[in-house]
Amino acid sequence: MSTYYEEVQEIKAQYPDGRSAALPALRLAQEKHGYLSPEALRECADALGTTPALCEAVASFYDMLHLAPTGRHIVEVCTNVSCALVGAQQVLESFEQELGIRAGETTDDGEVTLRPIECLGGCGWATVVSIDHHYRTHVKPADVPAIVQELRSGE
Amino acid sequence: MASEQRLIVMAGTDERDLTRLAEYEAIDGYSALQKARGMTPQAVIDDVIASELRGRGGAFFPTGRKWSFVPKPEQNPNPHYVVVNADESEPGSFKDNEIMSRVPHRFLEGCLIAAHAIESKNVFVYIRGEYTGPYEILLAALKELEGRPDLRGDVTIVLHRGAGAYICGEETALLESLEGKRGQPRTKPPFPAGQGLYASPTVVNNVETLATLPPIIEMGGAEYAKLGVPDSRGTRVVSISGHVERPGNYEIENGTSLRELIYDLGGGIPGGRDLKAVIPGGSSTVILKGDEIDVGYDFNSLLKLNTAMGSAGVVALDDRCCMVQLGIRISEFYEHESCGKCTPCREGTRWMTQILRRLESGEALQSELDLLLDVCDRINGKCLCPLGETAAVAVASYVEKFRGEFSAHVEQGGCPFGDASPLHDVLAPVAMGGHLPSAVPV
Ligand SMILES: Cc1cc2nc3c(=O)[nH]c(=O)nc-3n(C[C@H](O)[C@H](O)[C@H](O)COP(=O)(O)O)c2cc1C
Ligand code: SF4
Repeated sequence: MSTYYEEVQEIKAQYPDGRSAALPALRLAQEKHGYLSPEALRECADALGTTPALCEAVASFYDMLHLAPTGRHIVEVCTNVSCALVGAQQVLESFEQELGIRAGETTDDGEVTLRPIECLGGCGWATVVSIDHHYRTHVKPADVPAIVQELRSGE
Repeated sequence: MASEQRLIVMAGTDERDLTRLAEYEAIDGYSALQKARGMTPQAVIDDVIASELRGRGGAFFPTGRKWSFVPKPEQNPNPHYVVVNADESEPGSFKDNEIMSRVPHRFLEGCLIAAHAIESKNVFVYIRGEYTGPYEILLAALKELEGRPDLRGDVTIVLHRGAGAYICGEETALLESLEGKRGQPRTKPPFPAGQGLYASPTVVNNVETLATLPPIIEMGGAEYAKLGVPDSRGTRVVSISGHVERPGNYEIENGTSLRELIYDLGGGIPGGRDLKAVIPGGSSTVILKGDEIDVGYDFNSLLKLNTAMGSAGVVALDDRCCMVQLGIRISEFYEHESCGKCTPCREGTRWMTQILRRLESGEALQSELDLLLDVCDRINGKCLCPLGETAAVAVASYVEKFRGEFSAHVEQGGCPFGDASPLHDVLAPVAMGGHLPSAVPV
């Protein structure tokens, strides 16, 4: 297995200018460290040949890059118009109930973060819920307990 | 015009699994690429001009003309780039998701045709970070291409994943992001054709635009131009969602009536309810009232109603929906997605949300309706990119078309619909004070 540093060098080589590797490098650092902690940003900056400040400035612009810790799993419920029209808010509330937290929070055991998210590009398959960045479509409140069960059982 | 689909971009998907190269080749996949490579780049550009293809990303710019602005390698020796806009994030649109997922090879073939036309050896596909599914399908399709130098030629295609930002769909913001920066739009000019990625000649095209190229080359531009209606030739993959029986993507000939889209293909409004309003082309477009849908789904017909096909996201809203609540949710979206570079957009979208919230809760005065329109007006035309402007124009259209309903909120001291409207109290990310999840308790 190659190290993080080596992986980033390979990604840089795909681009005429290695700076283009910033987003993939940040994504990888986040996967490795759980979130973009100061160490993660330093490691990313080293691999990219830039500064941690620049990495942080870039990361703070993007919704999928987290500068604060999140749960091990992340549940994102689209609450934009098309999903909302068919009951996304109720799906979000079912997750709140099942997880025992409010949207925006993480469970006490650090397992699951729940948040609403802007349009996921699956409007015709509403409600769309992204679980660790994999879409579940046509989610209804009644489906929520099973989804949470799956997450809790560590799949 | 019949209320049927006309499969050009999605052709063959009803019978085969076209994610596999062998299946795609079995229906003559990649033969258009071979045909294009037998033509000069200029001849390919001319054929696409003849097809009258216009961009499917939202701005509807003629594709062949855009390519003709790219300097020839003799004029500008810098590398030339094809950059694909696969950032699809406009509320209401999910067509590129399905195109990449179901006809990845037709899309890649289109990328290679575009590369031949502008004499480029490098294609970058900027795909939104949330699209894990389509990304994996494209990656598998690319792996298949890797083993086929006869198809790929000397062109490299790199998949570049975004990280969650609607604004990165704006082409210059996309280029900034692809260069590893914050995704903030650039001033234009210079246009990407002359100075795009790394200040080199660049064509930015939408996924669907590119996936339309193989059929155009195959049948010839003039033949393609026979489909559709004047100024809106060919087909369009339309995303239908919201209050319809059969939401989904439908490929139709341009000019098909919006009523047929909603009532025939979409199956009508569930529960026999009345159609109150339609967002015709994604959240950025001017709304239509339920009785304004006897209109062709094409550029000129919609322009007469002051609206547009945009990114072809049709959202139907039934009679339970509150238009103030719709305004809040849309305004919150733009507030969240504003890149922050221009004050009118950054602050104006926030003010819009505040006034709309006051209306909904019954605190607003009648004069605040005009204040809202005034805020919209002060955003309009004063922003660097179209994001702020489209937010203002879309929300202003809700007020203008449903003024009585907005006034009723003031008169009744609150929302006449309340929680009977499905858009009641929907939690948006911006309402949580930004987009960072809260820290894990320690
Ligand atoms: C705020 C904003 C968001 C946009 N989002 C997208 C998008 O997600 N996908 C897309 O293809 N075009 C999007 N566009 C349009 C692009 O700027 C550009 O016009 C398009 O990618 C050009 O490709 P086309 O000519 O093939 O349509 C957006 C524009 C703006 C202003
Ligand atoms: S209009 Fe809004 S999104 Fe566009 S550049 Fe200005 S601040 Fe950024």
